[in-house]
Amino acid sequence: MTVRERIRQNISAAFYRHGLLCASYPVPIILFTSASILTCCYPLLKLPLPGTGPVEFTTGVRDYSTPSHESQGDLSERPDWYRGPPVAYIQQVLVKAAVSPWDNSLVPVDVFRSPLGRVFSVLEEIRNHVYTDRSLEALCLQVTDLLPGLRRMQAVLPEHGCLLVSPGNYWQNRRDLFDADPDLLKTVHQHEPKGLHTSATLKDLLFGVPGKQTGVNLYSKKRVVTYTITIALSSYDARFVASLRARLKQLHPSANCTLREDHMVHVHFKEEIGIAELIPLVTTYIILFAYIYFSTRKIDMVKSKWGLALAAVVTVLSSLLMSVGLCTLFGLTPTLNGGEIFPYLVVVIGLENVLVLTKSVVSTPVDLEVKLRIAQGLSNESWSIMKNMATELCIILIGYFTFVPAIQEFCLFAVVGLVSDFFLQMFFFTTVLSIDIRRMELADLNRRLPAEAGMPPPKPGPLRPRETPPPPRPSPHTITLQAPAFRNLRLPKRLRVVYFLARTRLAQRIIMVGTVIWIGILVYTDPAGLRTFLAAQVSEQSPLGEAGLPPHLGVAPVFPGGDPTSTLSGLPAPEPTPLPENQSQGHRAAHPEVAPVSSPQITWGPEDEELWRRLSFRHWPSLFSYYNITLAKRYISILPVIPVTLHLSPQEAIDTRHPQDTHHAPPPSIKTSDLQTDLTLYKVAALGLFAGVVLVLLLFCLYRVLCPRNYGQNGVPHGRRRRGDLPCDEYGYSPPISEISPLLLRGHSMDIECLASDGMLLASCCLVGHIRVWDAQTGDCLTVIPNNGLRRSSSSGCWEHRDGGGAVGGQDVDIFPIRRRTTPARPALFGDQPDLTPLIDTNFGLSPPSQALSSSGFDFGGLVEKAYQEHEPSPTLAFPPSPPPVLPPELPPQNNGDWDSSVWAMELRGNLIATGRSSGKLELWDAVEGSLRCSNEDGVSGITALAFLNNRIVAARLNGSLDFFTVEITKPLGLLQYRGPPGRGSLPPSPCYSSEDVISCQLTRSVQCAHQKPITVLKAAAGRVVTGSQDHTVRVYRLEDSCCLFTLQGHSGGITAIYIDQTMVLASGGQDGTICVWDVLTGSRVSHVYGHRGDVTSLVCTTSCIISSGLDDLICIWDRSTGIKLYSIQQEVGCGASLGVISESLLVTGGQGCVSFWDLNYGDLLQTVYLGQSSEGQSVRQLLVLDNAAIVCDFGSELSLVYVPSVLEKLD
Amino acid sequence: MYSGALMRRGPYISMITNRTMNLLIRAAMLFMVGVFLALVLNLLQVQRNVTLFPPDVLSSVFSSAWWVPPCCGTAAALIGLLYPCMDRRLGEPHKLKREWSNVMRCVAVFVGINHASAKVDFANNVQLSLTLAALSVGLWWTFDRSRSGFGLGVVIAILATLATQLLVYNGVFQYTSPDFLYIRSWLPCIFFAGVITVGNIGRQLALYEYKVNQEKTHQD
Repeated sequence: MTVRERIRQNISAAFYRHGLLCASYPVPIILFTSASILTCCYPLLKLPLPGTGPVEFTTGVRDYSTPSHESQGDLSERPDWYRGPPVAYIQQVLVKAAVSPWDNSLVPVDVFRSPLGRVFSVLEEIRNHVYTDRSLEALCLQVTDLLPGLRRMQAVLPEHGCLLVSPGNYWQNRRDLFDADPDLLKTVHQHEPKGLHTSATLKDLLFGVPGKQTGVNLYSKKRVVTYTITIALSSYDARFVASLRARLKQLHPSANCTLREDHMVHVHFKEEIGIAELIPLVTTYIILFAYIYFSTRKIDMVKSKWGLALAAVVTVLSSLLMSVGLCTLFGLTPTLNGGEIFPYLVVVIGLENVLVLTKSVVSTPVDLEVKLRIAQGLSNESWSIMKNMATELCIILIGYFTFVPAIQEFCLFAVVGLVSDFFLQMFFFTTVLSIDIRRMELADLNRRLPAEAGMPPPKPGPLRPRETPPPPRPSPHTITLQAPAFRNLRLPKRLRVVYFLARTRLAQRIIMVGTVIWIGILVYTDPAGLRTFLAAQVSEQSPLGEAGLPPHLGVAPVFPGGDPTSTLSGLPAPEPTPLPENQSQGHRAAHPEVAPVSSPQITWGPEDEELWRRLSFRHWPSLFSYYNITLAKRYISILPVIPVTLHLSPQEAIDTRHPQDTHHAPPPSIKTSDLQTDLTLYKVAALGLFAGVVLVLLLFCLYRVLCPRNYGQNGVPHGRRRRGDLPCDEYGYSPPISEISPLLLRGHSMDIECLASDGMLLASCCLVGHIRVWDAQTGDCLTVIPNNGLRRSSSSGCWEHRDGGGAVGGQDVDIFPIRRRTTPARPALFGDQPDLTPLIDTNFGLSPPSQALSSSGFDFGGLVEKAYQEHEPSPTLAFPPSPPPVLPPELPPQNNGDWDSSVWAMELRGNLIATGRSSGKLELWDAVEGSLRCSNEDGVSGITALAFLNNRIVAARLNGSLDFFTVEITKPLGLLQYRGPPGRGSLPPSPCYSSEDVISCQLTRSVQCAHQKPITVLKAAAGRVVTGSQDHTVRVYRLEDSCCLFTLQGHSGGITAIYIDQTMVLASGGQDGTICVWDVLTGSRVSHVYGHRGDVTSLVCTTSCIISSGLDDLICIWDRSTGIKLYSIQQEVGCGASLGVISESLLVTGGQGCVSFWDLNYGDLLQTVYLGQSSEGQSVRQLLVLDNAAIVCDFGSELSLVYVPSVLEKLD
Repeated sequence: MYSGALMRRGPYISMITNRTMNLLIRAAMLFMVGVFLALVLNLLQVQRNVTLFPPDVLSSVFSSAWWVPPCCGTAAALIGLLYPCMDRRLGEPHKLKREWSNVMRCVAVFVGINHASAKVDFANNVQLSLTLAALSVGLWWTFDRSRSGFGLGVVIAILATLATQLLVYNGVFQYTSPDFLYIRSWLPCIFFAGVITVGNIGRQLALYEYKVNQEKTHQD
């Protein structure tokens, strides 16, 4: 175990260093990688291009001998394939025939009817040729049946006999059928395939020359018909061939023929990779890349997904090439078709490492340096990567020791491919990833809010200090749902599957196990037989499995053992001296010199020497394939062509005419068919391209057409949302606008700093320090606690006044904001003063009596005082009585109020407001009466956070200490009563203190060094107090005895958000963007996810999920039990980070001047409520969810109360 | 509300949401997929002379054996529609790995199985068939894993095998070395794998309709 651990540590360290290296020197490493890729691919240049073009080798006819099977080694210029006898020797008799002299009495058909007719006599001659008891029958390649599927061709191609093809085959080599044929062209063309064809057509096969050169058409200018009689010989008898040549030459002399006859050409055919073979291959690759595409789409949180996807593809491709190149370098010639195997290999091996690497690196803390992130990410995954690699290699090794050659070769390739893939992943991909992460970092830096100043934040609120948000970008407010297809399933399966796959490497393991089992079965069932079979297969290098045909059938039976004697030392000169023995119907050849100038000239040029070169390169393979003889990886020898010239007299042409020839309409489409052979190659390419494009389009359509929802950022541009211009989803459905109207609570003159609520009351505190208490139900202002020290001493609470106030009751709440809005002209600075406008007496007719003026001057004081007294009890305009006229913000401190320190934290329970001040003072105010009930000045460090639970108050201070206070009521206990209707049983009991009680607040315990650094978050629930601090730790205290239960470590940044609820669920988010879920009972970490780039600003949980928002303007929804990210919602930049959960499936977020409601199950925007007309600039920073389906949020200096019953109904 | 919502969606969306239209689109897509796969895989078989059609590979694919791709396409459309339908009837929605990359993977494995059947040389046919059967079941296990899918796959594979037997018996085409009456013994495995694959695609496509419908009811 220790060894294992040590190895693990070493590997981890090595990967860490490697990651540092890669991230530190990206450019040199990429250069190095490219160089090594190129080096490894260099041997590929020696490999023949993957074309299918045949390879030729020319030997002399004179000293030709059939090459032996064994390679002699001395003849270096001999190609490898030139071993053993060829499949066949091809002897072509090239016939050029013309009717000459041409006269105008002849019809176009005459151009080819009689010349073609002469083929039968030449054929006869050839068939009957005998040289010293050797006839053609003995030498020629005997063919059996055509392939069973070729019934159409049965009438045309020879069967059960010599493979001898000529145009005569169209008429079954029978002259009478030819003569009776009314339309020769139709006969010829009826066998032509319609439409596109790539291999040799029947016309090519029979005529043996390219279709254009046959001259068999009605528009031939040259009026020379060219065709060949092709004889396939199984064995080479030089004397027989020579005598045949001599005989034919003698019979049909070619006057000016200087064709060379001393070279025979051996043509070797590669394995046929025809279009037919390419299409499946291309398909596999396209599917492969589709897989890569769909996989790399899941690469998240990187700067350029495309760049990384490209890098992944390059990695895969290069590893492919490298493995082939390296294998070639070490002398391994690939016999398996690597191109066919690798897609399958790649599908299961290639991408998971990349995904794992990316995910690992991305999920490292963002505040680290890029180098360190890469290194950390690498080292995190190093063990699993190495383990997998080792396992794979082991399995391959096992496969290698099966000693089955094919499997061995496959294993070799796999090893090299794996290693090179690993190499590239480690060097190339990691480096690219580091570059990408660095780019992202830079982009983040530009985007990110300015860095926080030093440790003690100047104004720590309940949340972290907020910087001014950057100006809103005109970016669409889109939701990035990761899984477009899974709206109905609450969990996007795709992500789960990817993470699951990446985590468990399921596919790899399955494949490994499968391979092992497969090899096992192979070896177990039939080791010996299989081995020999495969050995034969590999050595033959003939993967074409003609099922019924042993590999040698095409050659071996027709190759006599003692054939070397057939070598001829000397061939007769072109001028044939010996007369052939056999008789033939010697036709009189027309005299060429008689031909007039206009007559067709038969010329023999060097281009006629190897006319077969102009044929399709599939000419011979297709001819042989009809007889189930493959030429793949074998060769044929083409003997020098025998020229035959035929001159026919016009009379002869007229004699052979068919009665219908004279009124024969030319078929219209000959030209096109002639052209087709030339275009073969282009067509092949075009077809391949076409197939690829079709597949891509098909897949694209498949994905796009039925996936109209575009969840990406570059989706349907919504444009900047304006008020009243609500975003509609892609279905054109925009949520109803008018249902929710917010209730604005005005009164604060400055921005609202703290917000607290216990469900019934709502307390807010603005920057100046004014505290206002509102009725959470109606939005009425109940109490104002100004910071000027003019405390209200009237014992009559606002309740009475409100009930009897009459003017504005709870019923006309709707009027309230409207009415408030009508008088916005008053400067906010004077908001604390009563409205004195009614005091201005404009009725000068009723001016005060002059005697009063004369006696003491006009005394405004009484009037104003009266106004103040009238004004005071008004519930709607509950402005504090403030001294006229201008109120300086700093007033001399009073006895029992600390006025020059600002309120940093506020809590509300029952009707007690607890405020924590920057001076370290804790004050308890009566919410209803606005009187200071108690204050405690035990601490001097500013209170950054407060928690008020039952009768205990916990205060977190700036210096990291944590104070526990107990609120004690000295009056009899019976006065503790419970407020609220009985229907709200779910409410935590909020004790109500009557105003007569004497409330004291005593420090029960002070934990001096609760944290090393300032406490940023303090939350209390379920008898626990949880603190989060900038020292990266979370601490859990028991509320009763203020005993520290756990110190939770797991964040690598300061804690910024904590959530704890009655069910003891504790989640914390930190500046590192991580979210940890803890078990409060045991103190163990349940899950740990990297969610945000930048701080986690807010955290909320429901029973099934965790919702977090971060500085990256992303709201992420996580599965609570598994910690898997379900989806995320991209918000506008700087739209605040306030979150609230109204019900199990309704999320509310604050935005720029608006709050948005989301359906948690689907991530749908349900509704956006705009808080005010000036929606720009003001962002909702705090958001409280009250329990009557209302939310309250701050909106600049106003509070906004939004009821959401409609949304709730909709959800139900 | 309903019509209003429908009107507010574009014509395209309402077309998608229209049930019959959606069905048609899906059927057309599946048909195309089937035709394409049939063309490609047939090529694989034809070029290895496993299946014998009249000569000239390409022209046979495009002309003389014209009936094969449409048949496969129709079958694909049927199967691809049948699978989600069956899922709905049985009330056990298919839950495993429903995403496009998995479907692509499934298709790749299917092509690979075909590839193996055509190109990999085995000692004997039993071995080949067993390997392919194992691969097919593996395909099902990896990408489907539903009992209904397995059952339907087996049933359709048996039916298709029967049909092929009949076709070959009537001489429409033939196999070079039949070892299972008139056909190759691995053919049922291929059919099974094909059914699973097409069913996967069909389910993936049906997901959209399901989703859209849900949304509709949601809005109503």
